[in-house]
Amino acid sequence: MATLAPLATAPVERLHETWDARPGLYGILGTVDHKTIGKRYLVTALVFLMLGGLEALIMRVQLAHSDTHLLSPDAYNQLFSMHGITMIFWYASPILSGFSNYIWPLMLGSRDMAYPRVNALSYWTFLASGIFIYTALAIGQAPNDGWFGYAPMSLRAYNPGLNMDFYALGLIFLTVSTTVGAINFIGTVMKMRAPGMSLNRLPIFVYGTMTVSFSILFSLPALTAGSVFLFFERRFGMHFFDASQGGSPLLWQHLFWILGHPWVYVIVLPAMGMVSEMIPTFSRRPLVGYPYVALSTIATGLIGFGVWVHHMFATGLPAVSMSFFSGASFLITIPSAIAVFAWIATMWLGRPVWRTPMLFCAGFVVLFVIGGVSGVVTAAVPFDWQVTDTYFVVAHLHYVLIGINVFPVIGAFYYWIPKMTGRMMNETLGKWNFWTMFIGFNLGFFPMHIAGLLGMPRRVYTYPASSGWDTVNLITTIGAFLFAIGVLLFVINVLVSLRRGAFAGSNPWEAGTLEWAMESPPPPYNFAVLPIIRSRLPLWEDQLGDETPGMIPGEGHSHITEGVVLAEGRETFGTSPLEAEPLHVLHMPEDSLFPFLLAVAMLATAYGLVFSQWWLAIVGGLGMLACLVGWLWPRHLVTGERA
Amino acid sequence: MTTTAYDRTIPLGVHEGRAPGWWAMVWTIATEAALFAFLLFSFFYLGSQSRSPWPPSGPLSLRLALPDTFILVLSSLAYAWGERGIRAGHRARLQAGLAIAFILGLAFIIIQRIEWSQQPFGPGDQAFGSLFYTITGFHGAHVIVGLLMNILVQIWAARGTFTRESHLAVTNAGMYWHFVDIVWLFVFASLYISPRLG
Repeated sequence: MATLAPLATAPVERLHETWDARPGLYGILGTVDHKTIGKRYLVTALVFLMLGGLEALIMRVQLAHSDTHLLSPDAYNQLFSMHGITMIFWYASPILSGFSNYIWPLMLGSRDMAYPRVNALSYWTFLASGIFIYTALAIGQAPNDGWFGYAPMSLRAYNPGLNMDFYALGLIFLTVSTTVGAINFIGTVMKMRAPGMSLNRLPIFVYGTMTVSFSILFSLPALTAGSVFLFFERRFGMHFFDASQGGSPLLWQHLFWILGHPWVYVIVLPAMGMVSEMIPTFSRRPLVGYPYVALSTIATGLIGFGVWVHHMFATGLPAVSMSFFSGASFLITIPSAIAVFAWIATMWLGRPVWRTPMLFCAGFVVLFVIGGVSGVVTAAVPFDWQVTDTYFVVAHLHYVLIGINVFPVIGAFYYWIPKMTGRMMNETLGKWNFWTMFIGFNLGFFPMHIAGLLGMPRRVYTYPASSGWDTVNLITTIGAFLFAIGVLLFVINVLVSLRRGAFAGSNPWEAGTLEWAMESPPPPYNFAVLPIIRSRLPLWEDQLGDETPGMIPGEGHSHITEGVVLAEGRETFGTSPLEAEPLHVLHMPEDSLFPFLLAVAMLATAYGLVFSQWWLAIVGGLGMLACLVGWLWPRHLVTGERA
Repeated sequence: MTTTAYDRTIPLGVHEGRAPGWWAMVWTIATEAALFAFLLFSFFYLGSQSRSPWPPSGPLSLRLALPDTFILVLSSLAYAWGERGIRAGHRARLQAGLAIAFILGLAFIIIQRIEWSQQPFGPGDQAFGSLFYTITGFHGAHVIVGLLMNILVQIWAARGTFTRESHLAVTNAGMYWHFVDIVWLFVFASLYISPRLG
């Protein structure tokens, strides 16, 4: 028996021939390599972070002083709407998809995601929908009704431009990207794990993205339905939100927040998962309470479906309904608290090494607690009534979203960029980066709580000097610029490290998970020999021995430096969903232009619809059909057996 | 040819367990089902808030819709019959089943189009009219997608792509077709029957 080949004997040249992207334009547009797609996701999402950040800075200049008229009210409406839409939909979720796309197969011990071409489609539609929504800003007709686009302001009678048409179509377009991405993650976690990587050995990061992928499948269609209604009402004279015609503006609020609140967890749970990877590495011990953190991740995803009405406490709903949603909103703090205690306990019981990623993780825990507390208090209906639509809510949501998304994301870049580029980022600059961001953030956003309690409403383009809000706003503006400088330091650090960074080697942090097993950057086929997994931290088995979590006595150790070759074609294992028993050898798809072309056809359709160029919409639709037929056309089947 | 860790050979291609492509269709259907759930949620929500009769022009006629429902259910049965054929290796039975399912599905769409033209209200008449045409239109679009899948599967069947062991496209298109039919039962019960109960 035995075809576990040692790593050194792997047919590396043949693997390269099989897995390298094709040279030239075809390879650039047609690649299905999850690492390339992941990096594109990360860079594109960072560009959206910069755009959203610029929009915020312009607004902060406007608000730095009372009675400023740098921006017209209409321009201000477009800016705060685009800022919110950009950050929440085109930055916060895609950046996490980028990390998941890049890291998952490496972490799971596979050569690719389950649906590589769908993965490419997910990226191209993300990019195309972003281009679409920014076309609106370029022609001065960007969405102008806030990121949650409430009716009746969104309806044609009050908003006759193309602004909200772009909003409705842009969100539907992005939905395609997010949905197919979620299906890809779920398919991957079910089928593409290394033999032996059973559910109790999955990294928490995988639990995070998996949970939110399910949330996406069941909540995102609410936004799709709402956006379709909005577009039909605006364009075809239908009635869904118009109360005079039997509709209800509250229908929009329900549909939006049924997606909107699970979405909050979509943009935080994978980030919390990344923290659960980094903290054990830098605390030099396994995560405390792994099963509780995994279960609380799933519990948060589930309870996340039952809290949407807490965004609507001020709309005059029945008290019974508000009590239920208020209770659920209190309840959801429990799984979050479990995770926080697990992180603190891991640091407490470990020997923390304060490298830059760890600083960001610790900063995240602090901000998460502050944002969590200001969230708990707004779960109480009477308090919520006092602060609804004030800067208190703005402060809360920025503590949550920047604290739980941006800080872990920047930390994760410091952590995983050495894997992606093979180069370390500068540690000194990293510490400057962290402290500038941390101080800038708190200086900028903490005073917003006070502005809110002083009664400053959100989304006002300016305010009179007599209101007494000048000082807090000036401090906020200074903090916002300091925070922006911090983000700039990060970008500089990345660019410098690409050329001058120290070489990272395969495992610069001496971490325990599988993505650190191969050289950095990883080869296109990820693993020259496919590993077999026997514990949760396969690379720490040497130090921890039989104490390694997830190890079953008598089952032996993981096989990393020897494994199964599978080099006859683009092949990897398909495993069973629970125990990760290898069931079959999957033949993976080659590079393909269809995902790119399909996204282009969708973009054409979207432009056709928004500008009422029906011929373009029809051409785009036919193009989509042609791409799908070409995509689905059966490939030559390979049969036989592999060991 | 075995591995030390797994004392057996591992086949190329999917013979045991489910293929990744099968799961992709399952989750696609799940998210589509959620979409229809939210469309119907909107229908019931606005219906419950309505201060005028719902539907405004009285309960919808079942004269065409009820037979149409049976046609769609029959179409699903025909597809299942054809799919059982290829599982036993009978290509001709698969092709016959697909053809019958296609004709019945097309009949459903045509009858629904006729029914649309006979409704006493248009898509701009009150929220009910908008919901009726949007929901049945969404469903109709899904039927058309199912018919296009049917054509593709039919072409591949004629080219001999499918065997007893390997016919995932037949299974996937079938799951989608059954899903579209089941959704119709929910749409029918909600739009046509539920206003008669209240």
